[in-house]
Amino acid sequence: MDNENKGILIYAEITRDGELASVVLELANTAQDLAQKLGGVEVNALVISSEFTQHSIFQNNGFDKVYVVKDEKLKYYNTEYYSKITIDVINETKPQIVLIGATTQGRDLAPRVSSTLNTGLTADCTHLDINEKGMLAATRPTFGGNLMATILCKNMPQMATVRPKVLKKAENPIVKNTEFIEMKPQINGIDPKTEIIEFIKNIQTTGKRIDEAEVIIAGGKGLKSPEGFKLLEELANALGGAVGASRAAVDAGWVDHSIQIGQTGKTVMPKLYIACAISGAVQHTVGMNSSDKIIAINKDPKAPIFQVADLGIVGDVFEIVPELIKQLKG
Amino acid sequence: MKIVLCIKQVPDTADIKWTENNTIQREGVESVINPFDMYAIETAVRLKEKLNDAHVTVVSMGPPQAEEILKKAVSMGVDEGFLVSDRKFAGADTVATSRTLAAAIKEKVGDADLVICGQFATDGDTAQTGPSIAQQLNFAQVTYVKEITDYKDGVLTVKKEVEDGVETIDVKLPAVLCMLKCDYEPRRPLIQGFVKAHDAKIQSYGMDDIKLSPEEVGMKGSPTYVSKAFRPEQKQGGEVITPKNPQEAAKMLKDFINR
Ligand SMILES: Cc1cc2nc3c(=O)[nH]c(=O)nc-3n(C[C@H](O)[C@H](O)[C@H](O)COP(=O)(O)OP(=O)(O)OC[C@H]3O[C@@H](n4cnc5c(N)ncnc54)[C@H](O)[C@@H]3O)c2cc1C
Repeated sequence: MDNENKGILIYAEITRDGELASVVLELANTAQDLAQKLGGVEVNALVISSEFTQHSIFQNNGFDKVYVVKDEKLKYYNTEYYSKITIDVINETKPQIVLIGATTQGRDLAPRVSSTLNTGLTADCTHLDINEKGMLAATRPTFGGNLMATILCKNMPQMATVRPKVLKKAENPIVKNTEFIEMKPQINGIDPKTEIIEFIKNIQTTGKRIDEAEVIIAGGKGLKSPEGFKLLEELANALGGAVGASRAAVDAGWVDHSIQIGQTGKTVMPKLYIACAISGAVQHTVGMNSSDKIIAINKDPKAPIFQVADLGIVGDVFEIVPELIKQLKG
Repeated sequence: MKIVLCIKQVPDTADIKWTENNTIQREGVESVINPFDMYAIETAVRLKEKLNDAHVTVVSMGPPQAEEILKKAVSMGVDEGFLVSDRKFAGADTVATSRTLAAAIKEKVGDADLVICGQFATDGDTAQTGPSIAQQLNFAQVTYVKEITDYKDGVLTVKKEVEDGVETIDVKLPAVLCMLKCDYEPRRPLIQGFVKAHDAKIQSYGMDDIKLSPEEVGMKGSPTYVSKAFRPEQKQGGEVITPKNPQEAAKMLKDFINR
């Protein structure tokens, strides 16, 4: 293996609103552990943006160096510019591991970069470790969550994307005297072949986004109609939570895909997850089984959702939820 | 417009069974077209119907049985299909797979204008093959596409779903699109479609036909390898209670929530 490559590089995704994506701090925390196991290598970040003001977040989360690539043209994500810059920075700084959030942006960028560098990329990991040979051991679910696979990479750098909300942020992050290094983007002559001509933000039915809420009330096919979800919204309001859904409810057209939880939706990890009339297919549970506490309400005592629930209540959602709202308010 | 579809045969993940040794049972498991690829097919056929000079070729890398899914695509309105199949392709990761598909497209289709794939395959679920094909072909790419809304002068307008909303994007061809589930459903083939599929000749090409070497394909051409596969930890379920009435149920829930 190429011994020239050293250290961990984290792609510090900046969101449309100019904020650091929260997955970056989750990656930073895990990267500290990996760096320790590698004998104390550096944990560095790459920021691509039109401006950069978040210095303190990087200092307060244990980054050694931050490579900052700034240009007016880089205000919004664009495959051609961003992949060229990421490749240039990797070639110049030679990290042994590159970690990227498995967001829509990360999953657009990462394969473009790994394919150019002819190196391996393990997608959507749920666990990262260093094996006895000092290689990145990246574990991820496959076959719709039915099987876990640990994947190694024989080229450098070893790349992985990690789903947001799967790894934990540090409770007491390390503070470092981070070095900020500005790098000039080499993008003259590159023709961006895509252009965002419009953006329509999702309308939020409840105040909270499911990927940020501490309480999620999720509904399934058993809710029978959009009105069923109104009931869940009431409960969500009473508990200060957000409403999520199974794919069956999304497919029925009762709620928007943006709140779907599971393999082809979002992964969530709230403090409390209440599954209402959801059967508990593995494609659903892979997206929610890391929640701190899980409650399931289902009228079928054999529903698989009870296998992941801390408290299972056999009964009718339409009878129990209104009563619960009443008791919570009273 | 020359359109190429890349599709994959996958085991039905809703139908996974375990052997006694905790490995996935491969025999007797239903194979289906990767569900996202169904939307890719539908989208390609819709585009073909809108333009008057479009030709759609479908390609799959896989075992000889994958011919079935190519015929299915033809029955839905795709013009022709071919298979890339070779024992040497076994064990390919996404880099080797996309290299193989890109070479097949270059050799056997020529100058494609548009390549459409599914965003994910439900077995591997990596979402990497599409963008890697785009890189190999040096094409533009748009991932997480819900719909093609327009085409004019070499520019496609598409809708892309992101975390917080929907982007409308103009992309210059040639390009690769990776399709999510769409708001429209894949069509059921008509009787003429079945006849056309029945008569369709599906060519199969091996490694030499697409001018690749053993170092570039399969396990050898793959930078990653699986070191371990195991069954996920099963969480132990807690109590399952059947309360006497909704009042009692609500009380239990409230106590649990406030704990
Ligand atoms: C490739 C692939 C990807 C997928 N991705 C996802 C994904 O991301 N997310 C996801 O959720 N699914 C996904 N699925 C679908 C998944 O397999 C299930 O079909 C889906 O989760 C079922 O949704 P459900 O539990 O709401 O519906 P059902 O399975 O129909 O269950 C409804 C449940 O409601 C209960 N019920 C009915 N009425 C009441 C009542 N009045 N009170 C109490 N209980 C009641 C029933 O007992 C039943 O258990 C995917 C499937 C595939 C093949």
